[in-house]
Amino acid sequence: MAEILVLVDHTEGVVRKPTLELLTLARRLGEPSAVFLGHDADSATEALGRYGAHKVYVVDAPEVDELLVTPAVDALTQIAGSTGPAAILLPSNPDGKETAARVALRLESGLITDAVDITAGEDGPVTEQSAFAATYQVTAHVTRGIPVITVKPNAAAPEPAPVTPEVEKWDVTFGPASAAAKVLSHSPRERGDRPELTEADIVVSGGRGVNGAENFAVIERVADTLGAAVGASRAAVDAGWYPHSHQVGQTGTQVSPQLYLAAGISGAIQHRAGMQTSKTIVAVNKDQDAPIFELADYGVVGDLFQVLPQLVEEIERRRS
Amino acid sequence: MKIVVCVKHVPDATADRTFTEEGSTDRESVDSLLSELDEYAVEQALRIAESGVDAEISYLTVGPDDAKDALRKALAMGGDSATHVSDEDIEGSDAFGTSLVLARAIERHGFDLVLCGMASTDGTMGVVPALLAERLGVPAVTHIEELTVEDGTVTGRREGDSATVRVQGSLPAVVSVTDRSGDARYPSFKGIMAAKKKPMETLDLADLGIDAGQVGRAGAWSAVDTATRRPPRSKGEIVTDDGTGGTGLAAFLTAKKFA
Repeated sequence: MAEILVLVDHTEGVVRKPTLELLTLARRLGEPSAVFLGHDADSATEALGRYGAHKVYVVDAPEVDELLVTPAVDALTQIAGSTGPAAILLPSNPDGKETAARVALRLESGLITDAVDITAGEDGPVTEQSAFAATYQVTAHVTRGIPVITVKPNAAAPEPAPVTPEVEKWDVTFGPASAAAKVLSHSPRERGDRPELTEADIVVSGGRGVNGAENFAVIERVADTLGAAVGASRAAVDAGWYPHSHQVGQTGTQVSPQLYLAAGISGAIQHRAGMQTSKTIVAVNKDQDAPIFELADYGVVGDLFQVLPQLVEEIERRRS
Repeated sequence: MKIVVCVKHVPDATADRTFTEEGSTDRESVDSLLSELDEYAVEQALRIAESGVDAEISYLTVGPDDAKDALRKALAMGGDSATHVSDEDIEGSDAFGTSLVLARAIERHGFDLVLCGMASTDGTMGVVPALLAERLGVPAVTHIEELTVEDGTVTGRREGDSATVRVQGSLPAVVSVTDRSGDARYPSFKGIMAAKKKPMETLDLADLGIDAGQVGRAGAWSAVDTATRRPPRSKGEIVTDDGTGGTGLAAFLTAKKFA
């Protein structure tokens, strides 16, 4: 069966959910082999095997921590050059996309970024992407070489398919450090108690209407009641009310949860590009003409400081 | 220091953008402008020059004739000169074709620092800066929010999905900056007038020693099969809060099994 390489995204050996989604999608195309860069492969192998990785290629070298992106490029290019996979899948984040592009160029192979779905076609993988702020659906395929595809989070629900992976250590020849960017420091972001924005089934976001950093407590309260991640519009982030790592939009994080609740967000194109593919959209806004209502499956025209506390109260009442 | 800023002329992101029959971005149906995300790269170049570094700033774009408008806008913000690469054989290029043309033009001009935006607002791939670094054989200091150029190096803060990373590359290097790197200035009237007198050269593929087959739709390594407009979301139920808006929303979320 054709081998599909999957680049593992992990934090100190803890495999992130988008990688499990990649392994799930890879099984539609062939037999997944995970490519793991770092020192903590032992703790990751079990999780990778549970989601169907038949092999785990481990690249453990100082360069992995010292240089940005290029060690993964060197590793994937050399492994692919040797094993001849049918496709290479990577997560659609800045590191993943830059790695993918450089690998594809070295392999003289086509690249597709930000796929939201992949299926097996007659001439290799067929991808689906969202374009122009998610107003278009595009299907595409690679016409040359080994298809290199980056996939957005939530493109597929991770499905276990347990195997015991064969672990193979790889000695990669790294390119000159002078042509690479050096990593001076690396600080993993504190993970709070809430789900991560890209991985959450429910996202509750606040915008300009929240009107102050202290008022985001109202948004957080709804999020915690629903077990949701907290998002923010660019306006709220630019105003300094909530951290940029929570920004939903074209230049922030693009999310596609089961439920997106937008409070005090007008729905500018910049924001819509980051949430328009959510399955169910709910909006609370004072302005009945706010464009967000055009997308909403359910909308309340009203004051979020009235509506949201009442929402929390009612959910808690129903639960008790 | 020679700074080359790569800019793109894109269809207005707030307009109703469409695809051509060939699956390319339709550049005819809506007005185009300098990609908003490239304005941040222009701004960083100007700030470097203003910080006392002896810098010569040149803008570079690839695109049809009206792509010159993006160069004029950048020149109106500041900087010295511009290069427009235009050739009908470039039409339909993928990121590899585009990056080949840009890299050859950058080499021809000479560079210490290449500055780019984090992505275009139309294609949104965000891979051209990395591809330029790969082709030019220099460090890629990409996706940067805070940029410092000193002592022959460029240093910046990169906010990744799960971590904050401080990265550094020795010059020459390729840098891309995000929309968090610093607000871009508006061109002044004086700047707009001055831009009209700044030199702008136009090059074609032959000037760059590139064969038509290496670029364009023929040279692309991937192909769009279909591009279809997503059906508009059916308009949902919109209620005006009469004092029970929260209760009604709770009922909706419960019925959908979210609560």
